[in-house]
Amino acid sequence: MQLAGFRLPASSSLLVWLVLWELVGRAEVTILLPPITAIAARLVEIVPTPSFAEALAITGQAFLLGNAIAILVGVPVGVLMGRSRIADELLLPWVNLFVSAPLSALVPVLMLLFGIGQTTIVTTVFLFAVWIIVLDARAGVRGIPPSLLEMARCYGAGPLQSFFKVYLPAALPEILTGIRMGVIRGVKGVVIGQLLVSVVGFGQLFEIYSSNFLMEHFWALLFVLFAFAVLVAEGLAWLERRVDYFAAARH
Amino acid sequence: MSAPAVVAASRPTAVPGAPIVEVRGVTKIYGADVRALHEIDLVFEEGRLTSLLGPSGCGKTTLLKIIAGLIPPTAGEVRVKGRTVTGPGPERAFVFQDFALLPWATVLKNVAFGLELRGVPRAEREERARYWIGEVGLTGFERSYPHQLSGGMRQRVGLARALAVDAQVLLMDEPFSAVDEQTRRKFQEDLLGLVAREKKTFLFVTHSIEEAVYLSDRIVLLSPRPGRVAGIVEPKIRRDGDPERIRRDPVYLDTVETIWRGLKGYVE
Repeated sequence: MQLAGFRLPASSSLLVWLVLWELVGRAEVTILLPPITAIAARLVEIVPTPSFAEALAITGQAFLLGNAIAILVGVPVGVLMGRSRIADELLLPWVNLFVSAPLSALVPVLMLLFGIGQTTIVTTVFLFAVWIIVLDARAGVRGIPPSLLEMARCYGAGPLQSFFKVYLPAALPEILTGIRMGVIRGVKGVVIGQLLVSVVGFGQLFEIYSSNFLMEHFWALLFVLFAFAVLVAEGLAWLERRVDYFAAARH
Repeated sequence: MSAPAVVAASRPTAVPGAPIVEVRGVTKIYGADVRALHEIDLVFEEGRLTSLLGPSGCGKTTLLKIIAGLIPPTAGEVRVKGRTVTGPGPERAFVFQDFALLPWATVLKNVAFGLELRGVPRAEREERARYWIGEVGLTGFERSYPHQLSGGMRQRVGLARALAVDAQVLLMDEPFSAVDEQTRRKFQEDLLGLVAREKKTFLFVTHSIEEAVYLSDRIVLLSPRPGRVAGIVEPKIRRDGDPERIRRDPVYLDTVETIWRGLKGYVE
């Protein structure tokens, strides 16, 4: 963007919105929108507190564990579906169903199954993340040139060798895209899970803040979560670009 | 083909080899009734280069893949060194039409791939890979990636990979068809040198009559739909001199002409 001959840095339009927010907040139009500077001050205040650190730790744990299980399950299942027609026909309808289903509605059922706690949240993250990982790994494997697989067989590759030395690296660009999209869904999963369970982690803090109308705290926490989601997505996108050099050269 | 053009004897340097690959009554039917191959009986002798030649649709690649153990025959069997083929084996190596290189791996890693799958330690397999990279004329490209190489160079990588596993039988599926004409000629000359040096058995699929006559001790002509053996030709060409001279050799030109007259009938 250019203004009066000056090149403005990217996303500098954000400043306009922040100033507007600050003005609305100062004018005390609604209790829901405190001034942005007050939120920033609150952010600096609550981040070092033990309750925040505890919430962050427990949220991070659920997020990492749920995604790790989703990757460890999703990638092999996707690879299996990509190479076996029987597995594909058995599983594809379910994967397609769940990838677009409103999974939030399942969380109450998960609470009945796994209780009100961390297990339910980990499961929620897993369910949000796993389907897109399966679908992308499957697409990646189906795109492998048949001669590459014949080559592996010809030179004596067993099933495990084929998986690690051919299928996985050949489908890596698609698998990484799936993981990035899965992890982004996982952020939603952890937040929705915690909000619904609302006795652990950030969900508990959200519950306390919003029921006590601590809007500065509420917004500060929301910003932390937004920043976390963006950071995770950008980090994975960076990793993906590093693998892209060969994705472009594959065919 | 009514009268198979059979030319007796072979080149003077050829070793009269024992049968190493035997194809017995091989038939391949795809789906319900697509008959790709019909009762093929062939014997391939050790140390010779035999071409499978025919127009597209004659099942020559199917036959090669059955010998490789990649496709099971509908009927009949293939024996390699007396043992019935049930799948791929270490005594056979395959060179692919589209090279089939690992795009994420360097030339060195690609050439060493067959050895890596067999559990050969890194230092040893890389040493052997370097040797074969040199033999196919790619010294200096060990750390390059396939997409940085020309088509001809990529196929040299594919050939080096097949040679590195030290299989007695090399199965080559139209290896030069995706390579430009000049590169192909040079490649064919180099292959002749390799056949003479390495006492290996080569099975070579091609649709080019010139290529088959130029390279082969023996040419199996296949007719299409269903694929059958239409004839066997043994070009009596001296290959011990300048490889350039072969293309002007009257025997070479006559053999090309004879095969063309025989195959003409199968081309619409």
